[in-house]
Amino acid sequence: MNAHDEDDLKRLLRQALPPVEGNARPGRDLWPDLLRRLDAEPAAPAFSGWAIFDGALLAGLVGLAAFFPAAIPVFLYYL
Amino acid sequence: MRNESSGVLIDFRQGSPETFESAFESLFHQHQRAVYSWILRIVRNSAAAEELTIESFWRIHQAHARFDPARGFEGWARRIATHAALDWLRAQRTQSELSMEVCAALAAPVEADPAITAEIRSKTALAFGRLPPKLRIAATLAVIEELPQKEVAAALGISVAAVKLRVFRALRLLRKDLERQGITP
Repeated sequence: MNAHDEDDLKRLLRQALPPVEGNARPGRDLWPDLLRRLDAEPAAPAFSGWAIFDGALLAGLVGLAAFFPAAIPVFLYYL
Repeated sequence: MRNESSGVLIDFRQGSPETFESAFESLFHQHQRAVYSWILRIVRNSAAAEELTIESFWRIHQAHARFDPARGFEGWARRIATHAALDWLRAQRTQSELSMEVCAALAAPVEADPAITAEIRSKTALAFGRLPPKLRIAATLAVIEELPQKEVAAALGISVAAVKLRVFRALRLLRKDLERQGITP
């Protein structure tokens, strides 16, 4: 695809999907909805799913190192 | 959008519960329009953009401890909004992605080229909707909205070179899709 073809395709794309007004505003006040969302889903607890996942991964690595010590240099090599 | 006082940003980052909530409300009212219009440019659906604005500010509220006041609020909020919009694009089915706004826009594009029929525009829009969301979002911002690639890169959290690559891949896939439909741009 040469530069001319690319320009034609870009022009076609802009005809098909014209740019959106850059300074649009929402049709309603979103603050009350945001407050409802915050009430429904308060801040996530510190011990979240990611922390559990991280812990499981760490435990797996420790187990691997304990049962297969020969794997440690291989693991370090791929770090 | 950089005129918020540093006090508000610091309160948002590490204020007491009362000052934090006040700072968050202040930042919301100051930035909601910019966040909404940014998301609208990506998803091209006003109802979805409103929901995603709420989702973005909810994520901002949840992630306030990771905010760095020295780097400003706008870029950080825009990046969170971009990822919320990307998640939405991923969740959509290809054929149902075109909103009523887009269909209306198809009927009356700005300065329509008479050589390009409504059918070709429609097929092009549908083909564009079939692109992988990561490529589509880069092409939307860089090609359709004609934003500087540096700005697109910052919003997506990738390098300018990666933006160029995604746009190139998006255009190549779009061309192939159109050619399969007998359309040669």
